[in-house]
Amino acid sequence: MYQIKAKIILNKKIIPEHYKICLDAPEIAGEAKPGQFVHIRAREGYDPLLRRPFSIHKSQGEKIEILYKVVGKGTQLLSRKKIGKKIDILGPLGQGFKVNPGLEKVILVAGGIGVAPLYFLAERLAGYTHWKAEKGSKRQSIINDSSINKNQLDILVLLGAETKEKILCLEDFKNLNVKIEIATEDGSESFKGLVSDLFFQLLSKESQVNLVCACGPALMLKRIAELNYRYKIPCQVSLEQRMGCGIGACLGCTIKGQTGYLRVCRNGPVFEADEIQWNEI
Amino acid sequence: MSSESKKNIDLSVRLGRITLKNPVLVASGTFGYGEEYAELINLNELGGIMVKAVTLEPREGNPPPRLAETPAGLLNAIGLENPGVDVFLKEKLPFLRRFQTAIIVNIAGEKEEEYLRLAERLNQVKGISALEVNISCPNVKEKGLIFGTDPEQTFSLVKKLGEITDIPLVVKLTPNVTDITKIAQASQEAGAEALSLINTVLGMSIDVETRKPKLGNITGGLSGPAIRPIAVRMMWQTFQKVNLPLIGMGGITDAEDALEFILAGASAVAIGTANFIDPKTALEVIEGIKQYMQVKGIKNFKDLIGWLK
Repeated sequence: MYQIKAKIILNKKIIPEHYKICLDAPEIAGEAKPGQFVHIRAREGYDPLLRRPFSIHKSQGEKIEILYKVVGKGTQLLSRKKIGKKIDILGPLGQGFKVNPGLEKVILVAGGIGVAPLYFLAERLAGYTHWKAEKGSKRQSIINDSSINKNQLDILVLLGAETKEKILCLEDFKNLNVKIEIATEDGSESFKGLVSDLFFQLLSKESQVNLVCACGPALMLKRIAELNYRYKIPCQVSLEQRMGCGIGACLGCTIKGQTGYLRVCRNGPVFEADEIQWNEI
Repeated sequence: MSSESKKNIDLSVRLGRITLKNPVLVASGTFGYGEEYAELINLNELGGIMVKAVTLEPREGNPPPRLAETPAGLLNAIGLENPGVDVFLKEKLPFLRRFQTAIIVNIAGEKEEEYLRLAERLNQVKGISALEVNISCPNVKEKGLIFGTDPEQTFSLVKKLGEITDIPLVVKLTPNVTDITKIAQASQEAGAEALSLINTVLGMSIDVETRKPKLGNITGGLSGPAIRPIAVRMMWQTFQKVNLPLIGMGGITDAEDALEFILAGASAVAIGTANFIDPKTALEVIEGIKQYMQVKGIKNFKDLIGWLK
């Protein structure tokens, strides 16, 4: 975990309300794992008061990239940050996706901006970069070229968006040579409906799915988790919650788990779906 | 400033029997049990750590959402989530004891009996500089806050605690009263070593779209820069009325904020919400106070306390 002043290399709008910011953050980029996040101070001063958490979208060399949607004051301020300025960031934080060797088929389900951490995961799963084993981790998270042959690993990405114009990262995923299915709520592209509906439809056709990883709105995750429970497929979800410290000290971002409250920032943001008490969400 | 002149500055301060190497602490509930922040800053540099509230039995805490941001403020309703005193002693305190800093353990309860039994459990424990008696948490539906709003109950509790334990008692006061000095005086008469003020200000925030309160607990405690003037005023009022060392807190984000409390009468200060914004805040406040003393030609920190014109 580092606190650094990271220089902004790029900060641009990619589609309405959605931005990409690229930061020079060598320490963080070196250690970041898919599913982890950074806690960004959008401005000096006290309104907004707190930092804002963002999933790491890409980590390459000495740079990290964040994909974000403008939803309030913090993201509004972030979107106005100029290239060359520095911003205060903490990271990498939290537990990422835990993937064991020996996978054959993985489905990634992204709802809207929830695609951000899943691209990072897909990239590492596709074997484009090494993903170092996490020291001292109870669960294994070994993914590298030797443990997974990218030819053998079948990655299916489901992208959900409101409309065709709001589909994110499509080109990036195409470059990874993964299978892609799209759902739009208005039917302007491919499947008409929610990405969880598309997922349900595909589940009946797909066999041998070893793992589902999902990120998106809470209700979408709830639906995905329920379906996986029914079909007995291991599932990991990346959750969101208002955060205080972001490092596990303030107990502000908890959600109800099977064994008591869990800190989204420290125990998550990625959880096994069966750790969560979904009826509380 | 030359490093030589900085060396001559004495930041140490005594709060009764509690000795601090410098007057900057971190406030209870904003720093956990130190484990997380130890990865980011050197805890040895802090004047002390006021640890997250400990109760006799484990507490699950309040339902989420537990946080809501307001202009220059933070509403929280954590609800004293903690693993209980047994786990604290076994798993948390040994880590904290590794650092050369004062460890002040915040104790909370719903009934007098719980506070007393907690004090018994902690009495023989080594490495605790003081107990901070939390009679001011606004987020427990039961009696925690009631103690802190009633001078007689405050007196009774502090008196009984003093008979049970030799560890110095710091009473943490709530601002949610008509006259904070009454509770301060009751604490003094009962034998408190020092007072800390203020705890959070009771507040509420509503999401007008969903028409729901923003906190799962409906109401919560407001902290952050928004409450600082309230806290400084209460510090100044309390300083006039009691002879105890006072620890000031409430929205401190930098040395200037801390100095407001010190000039108003605080012998030490605690950084709370600002830890979330910048974990280095406490260390920067220490440096900033040194700088101020240098500029004002003051060598002993003690001379700054209550230096208001």
